[in-house]
Amino acid sequence: MTLSFFWTFGVIAMAGGLLCITRKNPIGSALWLVVTLFALAAMYVLLDAQFIAALQVLVYAGAIMVLFLFVIMLLNLGHPGPTDIKGPVGIGIAALLAGTLLLQLRVLGQATPPAAIQLPDGAMATLQQQGMVAAVAGPLFDVYLIPFEITSLLLLAAIVGAVVLAKRKL
Amino acid sequence: MLLGPALVISAVLFTLGVAGVLLRRNAIVIFMCVELMLNAVNLTFVALAQRLGVGGQVFVFFVMAVAAAEAAVGLAIILAVYRHKQTVNLQNINILKG
Repeated sequence: MTLSFFWTFGVIAMAGGLLCITRKNPIGSALWLVVTLFALAAMYVLLDAQFIAALQVLVYAGAIMVLFLFVIMLLNLGHPGPTDIKGPVGIGIAALLAGTLLLQLRVLGQATPPAAIQLPDGAMATLQQQGMVAAVAGPLFDVYLIPFEITSLLLLAAIVGAVVLAKRKL
Repeated sequence: MLLGPALVISAVLFTLGVAGVLLRRNAIVIFMCVELMLNAVNLTFVALAQRLGVGGQVFVFFVMAVAAAEAAVGLAIILAVYRHKQTVNLQNINILKG
């Protein structure tokens, strides 16, 4: 049951991604990408990552995609115009390189992590009973405290950089 | 077990992102394809976190923070370039050409 739900959302995500890269209109691309992001959020829930799923909807589907749509509409790119998809040669090269990559990534399907580093059986069930937010927050504010603080510096730098770049005159 | 399907779907999504970057000329759409690739990697992290501990989910958190910063700065750069060239088509943007 879980597996069929997972595949359903997976197919939705893959179809959304395919439509995203083939739509002529950037707004269409952005909206199909939102579909993919929502399907991924559903898959995160099925993979016991409720906190990440909520973040996915809030940060990706909410904030980042609104930023994208905002810029598309600000630059008035929504109107129909000449397509920006490359010609037959470009499509051929893209299909060839992407196909090669997919063939190489296919081995991922058979990958199994070595038993030595796997969690013991039932460890995930215990974590789920305690709640996944606490389970993620624990290492985030303990082992990964320094990276977490550096992330705040990164975001500050991004804010300053975005203002400096986008402002006409400081 | 969902690990196998998750990794397959993640591989397909990453490939779609790469194909999009190679296929399009619109800078904003290429940017969205990069986001698609980041999301494919996030799916791998979450799928493996189910087996190997929640450290993978913590990393997804960091990837999202970096993606947000990257989107803000990248879109600001696109806005700045558009102001100069009146286009976001990468074929017409060749300021760095020698």
